Amino acid sequence: MHSVMQQPFKTAVLILVWGWLLFLVLAPNLLVVGASVMTRDPATFLSLPLNLDAYRQLFDPLYLEVFLHSLYMAAMTTLVCLLIGYPFAWALSKVGKQRQLILIFLLIVPFWTNSLVRTYALKLILATNGLLNNALMSIGLIDEPLQLLYTEGAVIIGLVYLLLPFMILPLYSVFEDLKQELLLASHDLGAGRLSTFINVIVPLTLPGVLAGVMLVLLPAMGLFFVPDILGGSRNLLVGNVIKNQFLDARNWPFGAAASIVLTVTMAFLMFAHRLSKRRIGEEGA
Amino acid sequence: MKQTLLSLSNLSKQFGGKTVLDGLDLEIYDGEFITLLGPSGCGKTTLLRLMAGFEHPDEGSITLAGEDLTHTAPENRPLNTVFQHYALFPHMSVFDNVAYGLKMEKRPKDEIRQRVDEALAMVQLQDFARRKPHQLSGGQQQRVAIARAVVKRPRLLLLDEPLSALDYKLRRTMQVELKRLQRELGITFVFVTHDQEEALSMSDRVVVLKDGLVQQLGTPREVYERPANLFTARFVGETNFFPGTVESVHDGSITVDVFGLKRTLRRPDFAVREGQPLNVLLRPEDIRVLDPADEQGVAGKIVERNYKGSTLDSVIHLDDGTEVLASEFFDEDDPAFDYRLGEPVKVSWVDGWEWLLPGETATEEELSADA
Repeated sequence: MHSVMQQPFKTAVLILVWGWLLFLVLAPNLLVVGASVMTRDPATFLSLPLNLDAYRQLFDPLYLEVFLHSLYMAAMTTLVCLLIGYPFAWALSKVGKQRQLILIFLLIVPFWTNSLVRTYALKLILATNGLLNNALMSIGLIDEPLQLLYTEGAVIIGLVYLLLPFMILPLYSVFEDLKQELLLASHDLGAGRLSTFINVIVPLTLPGVLAGVMLVLLPAMGLFFVPDILGGSRNLLVGNVIKNQFLDARNWPFGAAASIVLTVTMAFLMFAHRLSKRRIGEEGA
Repeated sequence: MKQTLLSLSNLSKQFGGKTVLDGLDLEIYDGEFITLLGPSGCGKTTLLRLMAGFEHPDEGSITLAGEDLTHTAPENRPLNTVFQHYALFPHMSVFDNVAYGLKMEKRPKDEIRQRVDEALAMVQLQDFARRKPHQLSGGQQQRVAIARAVVKRPRLLLLDEPLSALDYKLRRTMQVELKRLQRELGITFVFVTHDQEEALSMSDRVVVLKDGLVQQLGTPREVYERPANLFTARFVGETNFFPGTVESVHDGSITVDVFGLKRTLRRPDFAVREGQPLNVLLRPEDIRVLDPADEQGVAGKIVERNYKGSTLDSVIHLDDGTEVLASEFFDEDDPAFDYRLGEPVKVSWVDGWEWLLPGETATEEELSADA
């Protein structure tokens, strides 16, 4: 055994990591859990007694509808990201190393601009007198400008635009790891392209799909500024609800309960991701 | 009569302007164990990939039992491959891996179960059907890969350096096991290796490849004892080259001057004339190390000796600097057998055990391919 004195650096790092986890991860989350079981108080925000009213309120038809609609938009966003990201990541893993670097660089460049600014830029494109409508009218495809802004579609476009790289990067990583020999073996054993795709490529890239879904689905329910800018009042996300409860409605227990639902969903997805990796033997036997 | 199963004719393949195969012809007989042997970059793996259908030739054709396969997709060829790194599907159990090919053929469930069980029993893995590949050892994975390929009952099995990832003892076991499987199944095996010992011990015929060309095609014995050229002689086994000059040509023999020694040797197949340079090839086991007082032989001294159990291997420096490898079996009755380092000796060889090649000098390239 090494004493603390013998390994001051190791000890310091461990204290830092544990301290970070305790004070900046565990404590805030416990506070949220605590808040979710307390009673709303207009003056002090929170008060006793402890109860589960906030969770009951989640099943209020009004909020349930907002949740389901939010889930629907997030799911659509994830699906669109997957449909674009999967072939993109596949192609990315196939091109030469030099081009791969350039493409990944281009994928990351937008992160250098604040996402709020980029969402406003998208608003300029989608607006009634925006770039897209003007372009479509000038080539004579439409006569009247289309109502693009403040629709469900606009929110989904905005979310896809912001979250697509988070789908592509984990997928790219699994495609990079996909051994060509396995695809050759599949063909060699008599499988055509489609069979090989279904029986070999899909199961082996599933961990990447789940990682991508995790990185897109949850944020897609929380990025409240996207519907704020692009969606109008009817296309709310869970994130908007949470924000409103804390900042406008002053119902902290309810906001806390809603955010815990998101956290639990996340935990569930992470568990599924782990299972899928274990299936192909990437983590311990 | 040997029947041709797979016929490769005039196969050429280039990658990015580099010629890998250069008009290669090869006939593979039904039921034989044929080995493609050569250093890395000789085109043996490309040749295998062309047979499997993973690559298509720029020129030439591939015919299997009269059917042109040149442009057939791999999934439609009646042959299977055992990959170098096994290429087992990591997300499937051993059973599902082996069943994969039969499922693709849409065989009935009962037949699949029965044939997979048989194949697993054949490689002694019937108790491992439920395991995942990552729960198996390298040798077991190797056997699953073999079972997965032979369960389809292919006409031809392609094996791409299948033993190269195994340790020495396991390699030996698998060599024997592969030979047994090949005999029992009667499937034609095309085996790729860079290990000449493996090639000699397992094959019915060996194809020695270099720079996309067949250097020699023959039984292991022919390739070892009667190499067609210097490359084969160097690549297959260890060889001593003694430069010689033809002194005189007789009916069935020639007299050759080797290191000032006049020896009458069997006349070779190629044309010889007086004064022509020759290479006298001698395997280490052909060499005899003699007492320095002996009348015949070339003088030199022992610079290295290696006890190998059944043989004693020595390196001898001849007086002109030529290095000679000698490998002698122990002779209990010969007290003078054990030499000391630096001890002067004479070197000779057993009459008739030499092999003659025309006197081309070994090029740099051939020397480096040897390394």
